This record gives sequence, structure tokens and C-alpha cells, in this order.
Amino acid sequence: MTNDIEKLYAEIQKGNENIIAQAISMVEDGTKNGLKLMKKIYKNVEPAYMVGISGPPGSGKSTLTQRIVQLWRKQNKKVGIIAIDPTSHFSGGALLGDRVRMNEISTDPNVFIRSMATRGSLGGLNSSIYDTVLIFSLAGFDYIIIETVGVGQNEIDIVKLADTTVFVTVPEAGDEIQAYKAGLMEVGDIFVVNKSDRPNSQQMVLTIEQLVSFKDEDKEWKPPVISTNALKNKGISDIKDWITKHHDYLLDNKLLKENRKQVIKAQMINLMEKTLNEKYIKPILEDEKFPEHIEQIYDKKKDPYSTVEELMPFD
Amino acid sequence: MDKKIKVLIAKPGLDGHDRGAKVIARGLKEAGMEVVYTGLRQTPEQIVRSAVQEDVDVIGLSILSGAHTHLFPEIMKRLEESDREDIKVIAGGIIPEGDHKELKELGIEAVFQPGTPISEIVEFIEKEVK
Repeated sequence: MTNDIEKLYAEIQKGNENIIAQAISMVEDGTKNGLKLMKKIYKNVEPAYMVGISGPPGSGKSTLTQRIVQLWRKQNKKVGIIAIDPTSHFSGGALLGDRVRMNEISTDPNVFIRSMATRGSLGGLNSSIYDTVLIFSLAGFDYIIIETVGVGQNEIDIVKLADTTVFVTVPEAGDEIQAYKAGLMEVGDIFVVNKSDRPNSQQMVLTIEQLVSFKDEDKEWKPPVISTNALKNKGISDIKDWITKHHDYLLDNKLLKENRKQVIKAQMINLMEKTLNEKYIKPILEDEKFPEHIEQIYDKKKDPYSTVEELMPFD
Repeated sequence: MDKKIKVLIAKPGLDGHDRGAKVIARGLKEAGMEVVYTGLRQTPEQIVRSAVQEDVDVIGLSILSGAHTHLFPEIMKRLEESDREDIKVIAGGIIPEGDHKELKELGIEAVFQPGTPISEIVEFIEKEVK
């Protein structure tokens, strides 16, 4: 089955869960057939609307995701979820735990949840995330949620994929300097202060409102700050409504097209970096002589700049 | 990118004891595997659907409630109905030795008793999935 690309494509289009799941694995593992499949998909499939949900660990992203999906389900929308957790740099393994908070939607036939590890070995974005978006789109999902922990550049790159990015934080997340440092403040289209029953939640809302009011003056979109309590199901319909408003804003200002082109550019950069890593950098790192270079630089016999020029003689 | 072994760790039925499952999940992660943890009180339907969507190589069932002979057949039946009998199923927790034969006949590849070193489970999975 997995050898017949036309058949694979047709089964994904029909919504065959086994095949969708296996196609995602093929892409994740970088198999030859996965590549062939993606070449066909890129030329034929328009990506569904992508919503990124990001924020610090424990802020309630998965619970909010579940709640938003439940509202979309009432409108009969099909939703694909890509729940991303980090790969350990030490073991290469990953603990993917977002399903724990999505039990209420895990048997809904029109919801597909896929957990994914960041994998990317030498920095850079795992290109299979966007490929999975396209596989879900081919399968007819109306919305795709990309959920990721919001710390570090890698995660910012992931949420930049999304058409609308929802940044989730909690009242305890610290003062405005902490919030600003996190950097993700700059990419949020909608801000959510979850756990509104906790002390100081209104203060956090005000802090973020102030922060976002400094954002690009010439941009027409003013990010809203929404107070929610995901467990008690409060404020969720506001998020859903603001996602729709942001979608309309992107369409009205022809920005959706622009975002999609940015995503394609990012994907190109990913693939070039991946090729560079695999074809050039990895063989150098794995060469048995590589540790010698380090020794020599440590012993002051060489410097890293000349060594790299020697190892990678591009000009 | 290399192929990684992907494992679903699930706790079927009414059973609140998740220490063991969490230890195993962490151990397998540290052995370089991608581990999907689904949390407590999963129905056979939830477990099999998660395994299908995640396209895992192995399902690890942790159970201490004594309901294994009731819940495991349902899980195996649903796996077969989903055309995913190829996914290996292993079990652990409190499962009396007298039941092991019955579970193996059902298609459970291995039953690990309390006290099993994680390295033994890792080795077993690596051998089975290869």
C-alpha cells in the first residue's frame, strides 16, 4: 500500500485514518515514498486554516485546545491537531503528553490528534510539521491546530507557520519584563490569560494589554487579550470568535496569501538546512578525525575559523 | 531523519495507579524512544484510536485493577478491527501469573512483572520492533 503513491493519496483524501497516520510517519521518518507523496500533495492541496497555540508549560494549552475544538465541532467543522513536544537532546527520545488533556475529544470521528516530537537534530524546524498540515488538509480537515510549548526560537518558528497564533499565559507568569523576554509576545495575534480564577489575573491582562499596545503602530490588527478558565469552560467562545475575526482580517487585507508565502519560504530554508546537515555537516561530525580538530583547537594549534574553512571549502 | 520507535503507554479502565506507567514512559524516553502518554482511565476505544492516529509500533498497557482479562480482549479485538494487529502489545502492573498464558494466547507479546528492570523492557521492544 505504502508503495503506491496514487492509492495513498486517494485513501488520505477519503479520510482513511490508518493511511493518514502512516503517511505522517513516512514524512517524519523521511522515507523516499513519503517524499514522493509530498511532491504530489504540494502541487494539489490548499492548506486548511492553521491556528497555532503556544505558551509556557502548564499554562493550559491542551485543555484550551480541547475546548476550542469542542466549539468547532458544534459547527460541524473537522479538526486536525498536531501536538508538539520537545525531543530530548540527550537521548533523542521524547515524552508526548498532550493527549492527557484531550480525552473528551479523543474518540470524536471528526477529530484527528497527532503527537509529534520536534526531532530537528541541529537546530532548525522539523519540516514534517508543515507536511502534516498538508496531509490533514488533503484529508478534508477545516481547521488545523498546531500546539507547542512556547519557549525558544524553535517554537517561535513553529508558531510562525500558523495563520492565527494564540499565545497562552497564566497570572503567575511574572512581570512585564518576563513576558517581554519570552519573545513570543511579538508573534501572538491573540493573547489569552488562562486560569482566571487565580489571584492577579486581571493585572496580567492589563500588563499584556499595555505591552501589545506598543506593537507596530502601523499594523491594523490590535491583538485582543482574553481572560479564560479552560477547566470551567469560561471565555472559550471569545477565543473562537477572535480566531474568526483574525481570519477575516487576513482575508480582507490579502495577508493570508502573504503568510502562506512566508511559510513556503521557511519550508525551503528548512529543507536546505536539512540537506546541508545531512550531506555535509553530519559526515564531518561522524568522521573519526573530527575529535582531533577539537583537540588541536584546544591546544591552540589551530583556530575554529580556519578549521571550518578547511573542512567546508565553499567559495 | 532516522526512524524512531514510537510507543503508546496507556492505563485502561478504572485504575488510579499511574506511578509505574510514568516510570516506564520516562525510561523508554531516555532510551531514545518517542512515548505517547495518554493518562488515566482510558477505554479500549480511546487506546486503540490513539494508537492508530499516532501510528505507534508498540502499545504498553499498565493495569493494577485486576480487570485485565476483561479489558485486554476488547483492546485486541478493536486493534484487529482497525487492521492494526501488527502493533505489538505488551503489559505490566499487577497481573497474576496464572493469567499470563491466557493473555499470551490473546496476542499480548509479553507481561512484565513488578521489579522488571527497564533495560529488559527496552531490549524487548527494540528486538520486537526491528
